[in-house]
Amino acid sequence: MTLQDTNTTNAMTSDTILKVEHLSMKFGGLMAINDFSFEARRGEITALIGPNGAGKTTVFNCITGFYKPTMGMITLRQGDGKEHLLERLRDFEITKLAKVARTFQNIRLFSGLTVLENLLVAQHNVLMKASGYTILGLLGLPAYRNAARAATEKAQYWLEKADLIERADDPAGDLPYGAQRRLEIARAMCTGPELLCLDEPAAGLNPRESAALNTLLHSIRDEGVSILLIEHDMSVVMEISDHVVVLEYGQKISDGTPDHVKNDPKVIAAYLGVEDDEVHEVIAEELEGGAH
Amino acid sequence: MTNSSETGTPGLMAKAVREGIFAGVIAFGMFLLYVGIETYQNIDNRLVWRTRWGLLAIFVIVAAVARFLTVGFIKPHLDRRKLAKAKSGILEISEEKGFLRTHFLKIALIALLLYPPVSVMLFGPQGSLKYVDNFGIQILIYVMLAWGLNIVVGLAGLLDLGYVAFYAVGAYSYALLAQHLGLSFWLLLPLAGILAACWGVILGFPVLRLRGDYLAIVTLAFGEIIRLVLINWTDVTRGTFGISGIPKASVFGIWSFDVGSANYFPKAFGLATSSAWYKIFLFYVILALCLLTAYVTIRLRRMPIGRAWEALREDEIACRSLGINTVTTKLTAFAIGAMFGGFAGSFFATRQGFVSPESFVFLESAVILAIVVLGGMGSLTGIAIAAVLMVGGTELLREMEFLKLVFGPDFTPELYRMLLFGLAMIVVMLFKPRGFVGSREPTAFLKERKAVSGSFTKEGHG
Repeated sequence: MTLQDTNTTNAMTSDTILKVEHLSMKFGGLMAINDFSFEARRGEITALIGPNGAGKTTVFNCITGFYKPTMGMITLRQGDGKEHLLERLRDFEITKLAKVARTFQNIRLFSGLTVLENLLVAQHNVLMKASGYTILGLLGLPAYRNAARAATEKAQYWLEKADLIERADDPAGDLPYGAQRRLEIARAMCTGPELLCLDEPAAGLNPRESAALNTLLHSIRDEGVSILLIEHDMSVVMEISDHVVVLEYGQKISDGTPDHVKNDPKVIAAYLGVEDDEVHEVIAEELEGGAH
Repeated sequence: MTNSSETGTPGLMAKAVREGIFAGVIAFGMFLLYVGIETYQNIDNRLVWRTRWGLLAIFVIVAAVARFLTVGFIKPHLDRRKLAKAKSGILEISEEKGFLRTHFLKIALIALLLYPPVSVMLFGPQGSLKYVDNFGIQILIYVMLAWGLNIVVGLAGLLDLGYVAFYAVGAYSYALLAQHLGLSFWLLLPLAGILAACWGVILGFPVLRLRGDYLAIVTLAFGEIIRLVLINWTDVTRGTFGISGIPKASVFGIWSFDVGSANYFPKAFGLATSSAWYKIFLFYVILALCLLTAYVTIRLRRMPIGRAWEALREDEIACRSLGINTVTTKLTAFAIGAMFGGFAGSFFATRQGFVSPESFVFLESAVILAIVVLGGMGSLTGIAIAAVLMVGGTELLREMEFLKLVFGPDFTPELYRMLLFGLAMIVVMLFKPRGFVGSREPTAFLKERKAVSGSFTKEGHG
């Protein structure tokens, strides 16, 4: 634990993409997050886990600007060394300037638009600039037409990755649940993010869809995009993440590699629901087990 | 064939009779006060009432008989036809479109272009006035207004109940600037549009945080504020008297339609002096303005801003998560919608030659919104059809002399305008809950353009 504490107080190293320091969020009298600090490293899949109501989604909403944190600092360091203080940006600026994209726990697609249109909307800012804020685009200049073609190609690339190319011209609301999850991730990727935040991407997926999701996430990481994800399904977390942070009652209780976290007695206690005074017994047992 | 199956189902007839009587009772209850009793002023200027049992009886009989026929004959017939179709394997949603459907837009455009000359040929210049002015121009003004409102309501999903305010801004801009500065229609038309767009932004700013019902109420209030300012700011607007003598539009300053002037249009072309030529000219002007609105809407839908509007209608939070500035997106929707309202307003002013606050009451906003909803939100074709039916239908009521044969000689169909309007809306919403054209045309496609069914699109939350 002491190692982690010294890490957070250190200056940001070049392989850190996101640094959350002393984050607190208060809803009225309820302290949803209490002095929470962690780091996500570039090119890694970082998982944020914890029991129901631990405050995972609140952390997410603070990072992506949907909530303004009561206290704390969230720093995002881009590949070119530029740093953004996320708590000072508005929600859409976090995607536009800081290049952080997100998905939602309850899927939020544009269900009346086609799959392709969903991905084109995600490229709004690029296309808006290319169309000269609509004015040049209305005149039908080639610059906009080229940008529109490039946008379609980018959409096609992600449709192939997400295995949705056959359904490109169907309404997004018509897709099965697993495909909607993949489309939401593809849509987030079309904004060209450096950090992709996924809120329970495997929720409600069957084992086959879950495996397809893992492949998609790995291929996204291999493109150099860092991923931060909230997950309930421990098999998914242990299989794909490089780094796991465990949250309980708004506080960090463990931080490290999947193996480290899996064997952390505090985590086991949190997940199995052991009484407070029993935690020490569990820890003692674990230590004994480790000694033999 | 129908007889044999009817005799086999005595239960159906009993049900039809029962439903017919029931409909009659409901009609009696509904129309007892509206139709059965009439109030009027007698010679002493006192308000007295009398009964109209005969007319009430006709209303009740019409309702009962119609319900009886629907349940007993029309519905079984439709069901049988559906069943026969299903048996023979013909799909309801067939991909094959008839010639009329595939070339609908071209045919409609040619028909509109030929409409004034044909009506002049058939009825003479003076006789064509009714068809060109009362039907043609009147309908096209509403088509343009509804297409303008469609950008705000149909595409961006922001429920605006005060759209008529922008129509008023456009009309008064033209009326006041033309009278005080003497500028021409063609200069003031874009200016009126810009002024209305400014008001769109002014309205947009405070209501950006509001959604749904709250937005609707504030826009409603905004529409009323504009109207009340027009009534009470008598120094400028002359209040309820209105502004009269608004200059006519000219043919780009080359020919004028003022009878006394040297370059009087009919004189230049050797035509008889008649106001019909001016109306025909105005018909083409409003037709061009409508086409401009349609063109801009179609182009904008394929631009990033248009897609952002539709995305905003579908899910605002998802929009923000994709880096779209929803504030500017909403403001542009308000501004562009208002701009077309302003164009229509300045056209209205030059056509009437007179504007007063009475032309911009809430009912106008409601009618325009009804046209957008009936047509199918977002669909230009559907809205145009709805405008023709709604506006043309109410104009047509004046012509329906045959109704007097049913309801008696003192029956004035115009008085039942709102009743029929409401009835028509209920009927359309029952059979076509998403409006005439409920499906949505995608703005981009990889392989084929498939219409998106109305069951997937959302109406927006404001």
